[in-house]
Amino acid sequence: MTSPRPAPSGAGPRPRPEGRPARPSRGHPAQEPSLILETCVAGLFHTVLLFSLFLLFAGHNRAGGGFVGGLVAGAAFVLRYVQGGGGEVKGATPISPMALMGGGLTLAVATGAASWLVGGQFLESGKVEMDVPLFGTVKATSALAFDVGVYLVVVGLVVGVLTTLGDEGQERMSGEEQA
Amino acid sequence: MVFLLALHAVVAVVAAAAGRRLGRHAFWLCAVAPGATLAWIAARAARVLDDRPLVEGIRWVPDMGLGLDLRMDGFSLLMAGLVSGVGVLILLYSRSYFTDEAAVGRFAGTLTAFAGAMLGLVLADNLLVLYVFWELTSITSYLLIGFEDKKGSARAAALQALLVTGAGGLAMLGGFVLVGQAAGTYSLSAVVADPPSGPTVSVGLALVLLGALTKSAQVPFHSWLPGAMAAPTPVSAYLHSATMVKAGVYLIARLAPAFAADVGYWRPVVITVGLTTMLLGGYRALRQHDLKLLLAHGTVSQLGLMVLLVGAGRPGLTFAGAALILSHGLFKAALFLVVGIIDHEAHTRDLRVLTGLARRMPVTFAVAALAAASMAGLPPLLGFVAKEAIYDTMLHAGSGVGDAVALAGVVVGSALTLAYGARFLWGGFATKGTATWRDPVGPEVAVPSRRFVAPAAVLAVLTVALGAVPAPASAVVESAASSLDPAIGGLHLSLWHGFTAALSLSVVTVAAGTVLFLGRARVERLQARLPRMPSAANTYQASLTSVNRVAARTTGIVQNGSLPTYIAVILLTVLALPGLALIRVRDLPSSGMELAESPLQVAVAAVVIAAAAGAAYARRRFAAVLFLGGVGYGVAVLFLIQGAPDLALTQLLVETLALVIFVLVLRHLPERFEPAPWRFRERARWVLSAGVGLFVAAFVLVAGNSRTAPPVSQEYVERALPEGGGRNVVNVILTDFRGLDTLGEITVLTVAALGIAGLVLAGRRREEEA
Repeated sequence: MTSPRPAPSGAGPRPRPEGRPARPSRGHPAQEPSLILETCVAGLFHTVLLFSLFLLFAGHNRAGGGFVGGLVAGAAFVLRYVQGGGGEVKGATPISPMALMGGGLTLAVATGAASWLVGGQFLESGKVEMDVPLFGTVKATSALAFDVGVYLVVVGLVVGVLTTLGDEGQERMSGEEQA
Repeated sequence: MVFLLALHAVVAVVAAAAGRRLGRHAFWLCAVAPGATLAWIAARAARVLDDRPLVEGIRWVPDMGLGLDLRMDGFSLLMAGLVSGVGVLILLYSRSYFTDEAAVGRFAGTLTAFAGAMLGLVLADNLLVLYVFWELTSITSYLLIGFEDKKGSARAAALQALLVTGAGGLAMLGGFVLVGQAAGTYSLSAVVADPPSGPTVSVGLALVLLGALTKSAQVPFHSWLPGAMAAPTPVSAYLHSATMVKAGVYLIARLAPAFAADVGYWRPVVITVGLTTMLLGGYRALRQHDLKLLLAHGTVSQLGLMVLLVGAGRPGLTFAGAALILSHGLFKAALFLVVGIIDHEAHTRDLRVLTGLARRMPVTFAVAALAAASMAGLPPLLGFVAKEAIYDTMLHAGSGVGDAVALAGVVVGSALTLAYGARFLWGGFATKGTATWRDPVGPEVAVPSRRFVAPAAVLAVLTVALGAVPAPASAVVESAASSLDPAIGGLHLSLWHGFTAALSLSVVTVAAGTVLFLGRARVERLQARLPRMPSAANTYQASLTSVNRVAARTTGIVQNGSLPTYIAVILLTVLALPGLALIRVRDLPSSGMELAESPLQVAVAAVVIAAAAGAAYARRRFAAVLFLGGVGYGVAVLFLIQGAPDLALTQLLVETLALVIFVLVLRHLPERFEPAPWRFRERARWVLSAGVGLFVAAFVLVAGNSRTAPPVSQEYVERALPEGGGRNVVNVILTDFRGLDTLGEITVLTVAALGIAGLVLAGRRREEEA
């Protein structure tokens, strides 16, 4: 979206078929920015993202995984959306959602194909253990890389839906205002 | 051999990518690929001619017998030599034909890719590999025929060629599978060496034959070939002399010796189609005023003769067919190149306008005369040698009525060939009385450069040399024929057989052809008076239109745009198929059923049921969405109670996100549900919903209690840590045991997201335009 957040306005997003004005509390994100909401989201956003990463990495042994992690990260972007609409979500992701999904898919396929290099079957998992200073012994399986791919695809999906479906209403509204 | 195919691919890509910078030099670069192939073949020719085929392959899926299996025997050597040799000449010719336009690189690259596909086709030993190369030639030829993509006629011609040969190709794939399954192998050489039999094989071969006949432009599929003349002339010269259209002949030649005798319909079909095509093509060629179209119809005619010869599956005829494939490749390429030269210098191909070119460009005329004489079967050219072989072997093939008819047909067809060959020369080069034409084209025409004429001249010289000294050609043709049918022996090509019956047939042919040519004015008048045969081009148009109409109607019925209808169809299917199966299960589970394991479950279930009912009763969309969310959260709690935190967490998150997305979409929908237009429809919905609900409940109960095998979960739990290296079984299943499923799912997610984005953007654009 090129235009900044539309100016606050009492007009509804779109004339209703019944001809009734919409109530302003219909969950429309682009209302007057609220200071409380902004502050809360600013604090929560990174925490939730961090939590999603924790779920992603802990997933192999405890509850979590790429799919759940991706959903939680998606929820973080929903928070940003509620605060500021599609533009806000776009500002929060330097990478486009399609690139996220494409990258995730590529990573997942590459992980599967990588086991060919070591003579295994497609998607056969392998393990690496190494000593990393400060962290101690770190164990990594190829399944983790695969899971990261899943994570990226899910995040990309949520961000993509928020920006495409969400933007539409806003652009339409700003267009109406100009008209 | 794999290396050669890869070389073609690399060169094609480089030429297409660097085309803008290289300009016409791209043709030099591209000529490297077929040139190297030619050298490679020449180095190994002695070995192959000695009946020791070269075999090479890359294994891919050995369990399914899939691999890039290549094999070069005598026949493949002949074909590959033609493909590469003519390919080099065409590329060098194109350098003079084109000017330095931006698209030249693309053209050169596509032509090289086509040459590579054709090379792969004649080297492939696996039916499925052959099919892949077959379709690659269809696709690249589509791009070549439609090269002048700003012309609607060129695009239409390209599409027609693609549709006709593509449809035939699909049929052929089905045929390959049937034959391959019956034979137990997809290796072409193995299938031919030990041919399977039975009704399946008959059907399969009919499909394969269909594919081959469409590719080789046989009646009634021939109309795409004259249409393909919309292509630049180098393309026509390449596709219709040595390559594309010979693919069908190639495949028929491979299969005929093994199947012609045992499959009942094979010989009648092949001989009838071939003969009809030969006569019809020759007849039509006599009527053309465009030199290129004249050659196109002549090509159709010659292809008919080839199909007749190699398709009969008789040793002698196969031999003669191989000889014709070689001689036709040389003279027809030369003739097309000459047409290109005339078109390039005189800017017209209309034989009614051209005049006096023989004096203006004597070298080109000499080349054309030699090639046309070879086509007509005049001594001492290669075409004559081939024609003698045809007559000789047909005379000895058999004495049945069919053989006599075929021989008579071939003599008539050859007379037609001589007549249109003469018409070509006369039309292109003769000095004509131009009283009827106001604007004759002749004396002012530019003289073509030596470089431009050289490729055609090389072909003409070859035609002369191989005719005068047929031993080298004979060696290649003998090896080709005996690799098709080991029963062939003792046949040679020679210029002089003595005073034989074949020679007298040749004399008859020449005499009849000369009469036809001299009386050309009368022949034309007669043709104009005769009723026209139903045109295959019209049939093609009509079938295309009707397919489109049927598709539009079907879409109108099946995709009427009403979501309630779609859902109703899906749910009805659920009730009709698994629902009926469920009714047939008599023994309902009796043991192991408990209403609930804890009071908490009862409470949550009550909430879920209430929320579901609320969703059904709600009149506002927003309320319905909230109720639906309630159902989802309730189910998540049930998962948690059952001890599945992963599942519960996922369900919770999905439910939340779904709610958000619903809200995003709801803004564009009316606030309230519209009441069903008829009361009956409303009731029908209730009944259907209730039915599906009952069915699902019953199904879960029955399915859960009908287990006979031990659950897989046990095994997964045991294997998770040692093999998957994780303690979270669900995650190990998702990323390892069933990783391929997950991969499929995230692919679907990506596709769905792309679809949503596309739809929304399309809708937005339409709104902006409106």
